Amino acid sequence: MLAYLVRRVLYAIPILIGVNLITFALFFVVNTPDDMARMQLGSKRVTPEAIEKWKAERGYDLPLLWNSGAAGAAKATQTIFFQKSAKLFVFEFGASEDQRDIGTEIRARMWPSLALALPVFLVGLAVCITFALLMAFFRASYLDLSGVVLCVAMMSISTLFYIIGGQYIASKLWHLVPISGYAGGLDAQRFLVLPVVIGVVSGIGASSRWYRTIFLEEIGKDYVRTARAKGLAEGTVLFRHVLKNALIPILTGVVVVIPLLFLGSLLSESFFGIPGLGSYTIDAIQAQDFAVVRSMVFIGSLLYIAGLILTDISYTVVDPRIQLQ
Amino acid sequence: MRALLFLLALLAGCGEVWNDPYPAAERGENILYSVFANRPKHLDPASSYTVDEALFTRQIYEPPLGYHYLKRPYELIPLTALEIPKPREIDGGRFTVYEIRIRPGIRYQPHPAFVAENLSLDRVKIKNLKSPYALPLASRELTSDDYIYQIKRLAHPQLHSPILGLMEEYIVGLKEFEGRLQKENKGGWLDLRQFPLEGVERVDAYTYRVTLKGRYPQFVYWLAMPFFAPVPWEADQFFQQAGMAQRNFTLDWWPIGTGAYMLSENDPNSRMVLARNPNFHGALYPSEGKKGDAQRGLLADAGKPVPFIDRAVFTREKEGIPLWNKFLQGYYDSSGIGSDNFDQAVRVSVEGDATLAPQMEERGIRLDTAVAPTVYYLGANWLDPVVGGDSERARKLRQALAIAIDWEEYLSIFSNNRGIASHSPLPPGFFGFREGAEGINPLTHEWQDGKAHRRPLEAAKKLLAEAGYPDGRDAKTGQPLLLYLDTTQRGPSDKSEIDWWRKQFAKLSIQFEPRQTDWNRFQEKLRKGSVQLFIAGWNSDYPDPENFMFLLHGPQSRVKSGGENSTNYANPEFDALFERMRDMPNSPERQKLIDRMTDILRRDAPWIGGFHPKNYALFHSWLGNAKASEMTDNYLQYLRVDPAKREAARRAWNGPVLWPLALILVLLAGSIIPAVVGYRKRERMAARPAG
Repeated sequence: MLAYLVRRVLYAIPILIGVNLITFALFFVVNTPDDMARMQLGSKRVTPEAIEKWKAERGYDLPLLWNSGAAGAAKATQTIFFQKSAKLFVFEFGASEDQRDIGTEIRARMWPSLALALPVFLVGLAVCITFALLMAFFRASYLDLSGVVLCVAMMSISTLFYIIGGQYIASKLWHLVPISGYAGGLDAQRFLVLPVVIGVVSGIGASSRWYRTIFLEEIGKDYVRTARAKGLAEGTVLFRHVLKNALIPILTGVVVVIPLLFLGSLLSESFFGIPGLGSYTIDAIQAQDFAVVRSMVFIGSLLYIAGLILTDISYTVVDPRIQLQ
Repeated sequence: MRALLFLLALLAGCGEVWNDPYPAAERGENILYSVFANRPKHLDPASSYTVDEALFTRQIYEPPLGYHYLKRPYELIPLTALEIPKPREIDGGRFTVYEIRIRPGIRYQPHPAFVAENLSLDRVKIKNLKSPYALPLASRELTSDDYIYQIKRLAHPQLHSPILGLMEEYIVGLKEFEGRLQKENKGGWLDLRQFPLEGVERVDAYTYRVTLKGRYPQFVYWLAMPFFAPVPWEADQFFQQAGMAQRNFTLDWWPIGTGAYMLSENDPNSRMVLARNPNFHGALYPSEGKKGDAQRGLLADAGKPVPFIDRAVFTREKEGIPLWNKFLQGYYDSSGIGSDNFDQAVRVSVEGDATLAPQMEERGIRLDTAVAPTVYYLGANWLDPVVGGDSERARKLRQALAIAIDWEEYLSIFSNNRGIASHSPLPPGFFGFREGAEGINPLTHEWQDGKAHRRPLEAAKKLLAEAGYPDGRDAKTGQPLLLYLDTTQRGPSDKSEIDWWRKQFAKLSIQFEPRQTDWNRFQEKLRKGSVQLFIAGWNSDYPDPENFMFLLHGPQSRVKSGGENSTNYANPEFDALFERMRDMPNSPERQKLIDRMTDILRRDAPWIGGFHPKNYALFHSWLGNAKASEMTDNYLQYLRVDPAKREAARRAWNGPVLWPLALILVLLAGSIIPAVVGYRKRERMAARPAG
């Protein structure tokens, strides 16, 4: 297994370089270094000299990908791409275009993101699996049909509607929780109740319907019939046997997102005023802050790869027949 | 379940509000609660230039001059200066000297930079610092050296001051000084005290002189902006220590000043807190104001020492819905009005007068409006062969468009009438602006029944025919006239506005094509002069007519010199008048020049109409002395809150409604019953034969 993990980690390097290259190309197709300078210096009274100085100081006066004027390896290294990307691999994110240290920002912002995303993930998983198992239990009955209709209806509604509707009802009409905001420590719970509930409810439709399909497929198998024939209660059959055997497809979708929980939610964080990494990324895109965008994409890719490796490892945990070689 | 319902009832009975976003310890405190939407990019006075940043910087930094809080038109007053400096011309007008005398005895806020040991901290200590204010604090007296140091900082190679280019044109020796700093800059702290700047001279500890090339009367307005606020050299040295930047401890994020407030909590992602500066030298609430201010209670605190508020908590709200609802719940003391909430907040009478909606009045909310020192305009590129240039054909085409494009309708449809159609570049409140009949553009409007009415469309059609485009077709070729509008509006929500523009051109049978582009490309097209018609705007820096008229000054053409004249308009007569008007004090003679310049602009129509937006501000009843203001950004010290009244209102408006919670719990419990019944039934079901 160790050899497998080492191999996967090594595979990650070209993937990360590729992701960086694509991010770089996409960003600079839309924005030129001059645009970035103007965005940072403002649109009033900015002279061409000020733009040139800004670019020179931040290394944006170099060619993008290939420096034909340089000699030897410098043709590749004396470029914006190399200068800005190489340090990411040693986790040196540098400063954002407004000169705030990106590493410090990420360390401060990942906790609010996690405080929102982790409960949504855990509670959502528990609720959706339970709901899906219940639908599987009452399969082909009116309860199952009602559940499926409810799921389809819920998954058809936009997340934005859940957020705005939730804020309107829970905070504006009923005055139960603050409509937005955040505080550190235990006080955060007051601000997290509503976004967590909305996060869970908005995810019920799609997830429950998917899990139901997995469980129904599993229920038709021989070992389930054997378990019933042994006289086990249906609840025991479902929760002890079916759930365990249905874990492989569930884990495929679930474990991979665990590391990404650090990155937070773009929409919820903006609407609920939670100062996490999701709103950090959105701000950076709006401000054309390439330093932050490339760092966040790099971290996102890294976490996604970590999630995929974790998924593979989790297969060996739930199914002893699987070995990683 | 019963226990839960009991608990809910108990909690509701406590009289506590559940949706209060602030810590319980803050209740009843003398705190102002406000918002910021965009995180500030710079709080360093050399770099900070935006409204988002002024919200904080203007409360902290004290330039020598400021604006009177209540008087309109805006009036300069001394802040730390003893008086408004008078320009003194030397060398027959080749140079102008401003001698600025500051008041002795002004002290800085407590700051670690003033403790000698803090200027040589080791890296580990810096790494473990939670805030610079965790270090020992001290203060010192403000001296003229600090103002000189800051003027030098404008040329610092790492600070990228947006006004450096402009100031290099005027301050003697600044350009050479910048060149020298570029050479000396090796990273790390650059002690600017070591480098003399020819045009800025220390007279004594409380006096300094600035020498300008030629005349520049608008310089006094720059002296009212944070660019010219004092910065102690110790602060620069303190924040340049190794490891400070990695902890985001920079002057850009931890400002230091002599103003009424200091930044005590700095989290631009979530919340910024200003606390009363214990060393503030003191100021008095103004005793005079604009007509009507006394009736509105704005002079009740006349002559009393300010500030009144202990702390100001600014919370970041990126979305309009939470902001508006929290204002209505009493958690923000004031608010603007977004388009989505306008109908809920304001009623507009047939005459166009805005009054508060009854539900706002019930809550004691007050409305104040002010025309912003801003202009938005439809510009015609002077270099364009169809709409630009000095030919009679192009001029009449622009004049026809100026009549046909109905800006009053635009404001009514897209802005809830929050603005006034412009008749000249100058907004109300600026010297040179004319009210009433004499202020209208006679080419586009007529004065009837005490109001300006847009001229009929026939007048536009006549001008269009005279321009050689009868019925929107080129009289020579018979080809339809096609005009292009460059705009950054390209989202689905902008479609209605584009349709409106199409309708305006269709009135004259002119074909219209929008060229929708992103902001970067739009700016690039302006720089290259590859636009035809475009929408642009300008927010003034200071209340002087020069700050609008320069937008049409030929030598400041965007294409030719990279200046702010985006239309590239060039008229030698206008340019000559502008250069005379620019250097004059406000006087009847200056008014005459402005009138003539305005006439030229109306005739040439490089701006095919536009509007000055009107800002609407709402204030809760517990917020005193609040007045909508666009220039007086150091307003915080004049505001007053009544915390007890606010607390009572919050309790009355935010009592938790618990029955829906109970209902949801009952429904959830109820929905479990059929599932439990079904489960039991299935478990007890006998085996059934297949088929």
